[in-house]
Amino acid sequence: MDLGGINPVVLIATLMASAVPILLAALGETVVERAGVLNLGVEGMMVIGALGGFVVAVQTGSPVLGFIGGAVAGAALSLIFALLTQAFLANQVATGLALTLFGLGVSSLGGQGYNGIKPPPTGQLLPDALADLPVVGPIVFGHDWVVYFSIAMTAVLWWVLKSTRIGLIIRAVGESHEAAHALGYKVNRIRLGCIAFGGAMAGMGGAYVSLARVPQWVDGITAGAGWIALAIVVFASWKPWRVLIGAYLFGGITVLQLNLQVAGSGIPVEYLSMAPYLITILVLVIMSAGRKANGAPAALGQNFHASR
Amino acid sequence: MLRLEKRPTPSRFWLYATPPAAVILTMIAGGTLFAAMGKAPLEVIRTIFWDPIFGEFAFYLRGQLLVKAGPLILIAIGLALGFRAGIWNIGAEGQYIMGAIFGASVGLAVFPTESRWIFSVMVVSGAFGGWVWAMIPAILKTRFNTNEILVSLMLVYVAETILAKASTGFLKNPEGMGFPGSRNFSSYPAARNDFIYEPLGLHWGGVAALVTAVLAFILLTRHQVGFQIRLAGQAPRAARFHGINPARLVVLCMGISGALAGMAGLFEVTGPAGQISIDFNTGYGFTAIIVAFLGRLNPLGIVLAGFLMALTYVGGEMASTNLGLPDAAIQVFQGMLLFFLLAVDVLTNYRFRLAVGARA
Repeated sequence: MDLGGINPVVLIATLMASAVPILLAALGETVVERAGVLNLGVEGMMVIGALGGFVVAVQTGSPVLGFIGGAVAGAALSLIFALLTQAFLANQVATGLALTLFGLGVSSLGGQGYNGIKPPPTGQLLPDALADLPVVGPIVFGHDWVVYFSIAMTAVLWWVLKSTRIGLIIRAVGESHEAAHALGYKVNRIRLGCIAFGGAMAGMGGAYVSLARVPQWVDGITAGAGWIALAIVVFASWKPWRVLIGAYLFGGITVLQLNLQVAGSGIPVEYLSMAPYLITILVLVIMSAGRKANGAPAALGQNFHASR
Repeated sequence: MLRLEKRPTPSRFWLYATPPAAVILTMIAGGTLFAAMGKAPLEVIRTIFWDPIFGEFAFYLRGQLLVKAGPLILIAIGLALGFRAGIWNIGAEGQYIMGAIFGASVGLAVFPTESRWIFSVMVVSGAFGGWVWAMIPAILKTRFNTNEILVSLMLVYVAETILAKASTGFLKNPEGMGFPGSRNFSSYPAARNDFIYEPLGLHWGGVAALVTAVLAFILLTRHQVGFQIRLAGQAPRAARFHGINPARLVVLCMGISGALAGMAGLFEVTGPAGQISIDFNTGYGFTAIIVAFLGRLNPLGIVLAGFLMALTYVGGEMASTNLGLPDAAIQVFQGMLLFFLLAVDVLTNYRFRLAVGARA
């Protein structure tokens, strides 16, 4: 079944994979923002993760170690952000931007000599017998492990934030750091943990770009995915399942416009490639229209200094 | 154990001492990085910070400083007005591109007419292009409460695709033998951004930058609007009680920064870059963010910061040709500078105290 040269089953299967980087990064950022921290450095952490993951995977020959390496690289970069905003109380917006600029620079410096190399492939997880089933095969069973991991993380984070003690503490810190401090929680340490988690998730998302989506190393490989992840967190009203929906919608648009480019739909390529960004803006407008706070954590972007 | 303690009033000493301190710390950290890359650290730092001003080729490179500093200062001043008011225009790069496209289109539309008015009209339409591009996030912010950081940034990617379309499509040089890129302005005198005084690298963009810095300084320190901007940034609630309309301020600050970025783009495309091409933009819109902070969001400080950042560009190019330092190393260096600045800044509002004994 083809619609205008595009097979819907293939489309759904590809969009699930193409959404993984922004899904992972946006899930991480959701936790960070629920703790009241606005880290605009997602793009920088993703691109560092993309390089870290690529280098580790190429050196060790193991894509799994590569993803771990990407997560470690992203978390390491996020610790700079944590140090500056939590210990030195620097402005979060400015520090996040600096993190992106720095991450892009470091990655293009460190990536020299890795151009044109193929990383070890991340294969499909389940046996062909399942993946070859019609329709459900490609959509449900035909993915690599990171796709399943990203969906599992959505469920885990939803559960942790909603029904566990840790989730309650994170939300308390994000809604009112004064109150959380008065209850005896170490606000800045909890935030540091969340920032590092967000960095690891963004780094892993970046590693998926360089190890599975592209798969090779080029400068600035993430091409704005980090910023789209930030937009998706707003779109999702800081809720994990809605992050998944947002990431899949966005992944769908990206895959669709790429398919339309290949199919030669008569729409100029330039207009197709700006579509994802325009649609992100449109979605942001729809989500934020008419509401004052749209569910943002109350202490988002504010630094905390324990004066007592 | 070290403890942070809030100062009763911000320290005047550290307000002025933080940028130099950050530069020194960056030199140390950057030197370590260069050493780790197997380059002689002192030589690299001398090439970046000393040679462009006093070295062998300084007669040429000194001129390059203002060429690079001009657009950075122009964009950073606009951004700083917004940042002061808590309005985060991150998409100056897009406004810069759109300004260049708008202005260049006007100039190319009347090619090859010779009139002294053409360049002025191009500057105005460049500013208009940047303004239009900045109005999109501004109006979405005031009408729908949409986050201006994300929208202005998304529009950078949109502007980049429009730029690609312009240089391969509607602005392509009809006599360019199929190569992408517009007609070159250097062979179109009426639309050319000539040097006014070449040894200093002064062209109309540099003039605009320096004049804007003075005007912005007066605006911030002596004018009602400047007071409103500062009040809205420091105490948004108080600003509302004072009767300041936040929506008007958003439109004003975004509009000014967009128009300035658009002008910077036009000056660049008609001068140093010469033509609209797929990659004529070199990230000034993003580096200007560092410049704005390095200049402490103060127009006169931004002029100094712009020259310092231009020095890292010019010196960085020297280090890249003479010592084989990768271009990306300079980007890392600039990022470090912003990190150290943000870190040292804590000393303006806080002081470190040695906490004696164990305190809860």
